[in-house]
Amino acid sequence: MYQAKYIIPGLIVFAALVLFPFVFNAGSAPFEVKLELPKNASECIEAKEVMRARHMQILDEWRDKVVRQGVHVYENSKGQKFDISLTNTCMECHTDKAKFCDRCHTPVGVSPYCWDCHNLSPKQAGPIPPVSQEAGGH
Amino acid sequence: MKSSRRKFLKLAAVSALGLGAGRIGFLGDAPAGAMDIPTAADYNAPMEAKHWGMAIDTTRFNQELVDVCATACHTEHNVPTIPGKKGVKWFFGGNFEETFPTEHGHYLAEDVEHRVYPLLCNQCEEPMCVRVCPTQATFKRADGIVMMDFHRCIGCRYCMAGCPFGARSFNFQDPRPFIKNFNPLFPTRTRGVVEKCNFCSELLAMGKMPACVEASGGALIFGDLDDPESDIRKVLRERFALRRKPDAGTGPSVYYLM
Repeated sequence: MYQAKYIIPGLIVFAALVLFPFVFNAGSAPFEVKLELPKNASECIEAKEVMRARHMQILDEWRDKVVRQGVHVYENSKGQKFDISLTNTCMECHTDKAKFCDRCHTPVGVSPYCWDCHNLSPKQAGPIPPVSQEAGGH
Repeated sequence: MKSSRRKFLKLAAVSALGLGAGRIGFLGDAPAGAMDIPTAADYNAPMEAKHWGMAIDTTRFNQELVDVCATACHTEHNVPTIPGKKGVKWFFGGNFEETFPTEHGHYLAEDVEHRVYPLLCNQCEEPMCVRVCPTQATFKRADGIVMMDFHRCIGCRYCMAGCPFGARSFNFQDPRPFIKNFNPLFPTRTRGVVEKCNFCSELLAMGKMPACVEASGGALIFGDLDDPESDIRKVLRERFALRRKPDAGTGPSVYYLM
């Protein structure tokens, strides 16, 4: 091969770099998310699987409904009605963002900026959100 | 005997800790007198109109009443209190010259000259801010309310340049440390967005009157300008009213009864 003495070591270095994350993480425990579920409710607004897959789209639709269409009530697949509000509905049950939202968002490197404006809880005492005791909060 | 005293002391210490923790929990709760958390049922009977408008009985206004209304508004919407040029205002007051610069009022009646006129977003029929917004973050609803979608605002401040009434404020900094009376049920804003009065659209959706109207004790009349039988149309039939800067051509929905 023409200039094999450069190409083959180069390919080896390239392969090593690309495969490094897989080798490094091989054998470690699989990625697992342990959420602290609300104690006062057993069901979310939709089924667990729907919430897992689509909560971001639902929140996006909620935002446009309230702000741009003036629609304030969400009817779920079972016909139950909810106030469309991140703080007043979601966070009323999921009282601690650090033990719910952040448990998944932080490991996967997602940092939505909801909380720059939206309050962490409808019972929050002051305008500055309390700093979580858990590491890795946004 | 000795061991039981030890037990008692331990128990006392643990209960004191428990009490302390309970106290901290109490401090973390919402301030007393806060509104209940809204549920879907609260939206069963919304206030609806074709064109929301406000009439201001200026004869009843002084600095004190302006402050009462401003506090009610700023508490409901978490508007920060920042002294100086970085201030954020939804509801504020001005003198005759500031309020009606196009009237060129020389030799004014003394009480007219010395009144404090409440100022707020005029919820224009042809809002200049909506025309200039490059992201449609500010838009006019079917019921005439000019709304802000803070999610879309990029902080370019064209709307502030466009607004002839100075009704818009920019968040030069994180407003949260400056919020005096906090309402946990309404979001705050963040650095880099423009904000203004929204005619309490969130309260109207629950069938409630705007916060300033409630606080004014009848000095602010709120209603449907398209309904000839509404309170606001009745009072506008009876009394002479001015609109601010009519020559700007924006058609304010806020009328000043003189």
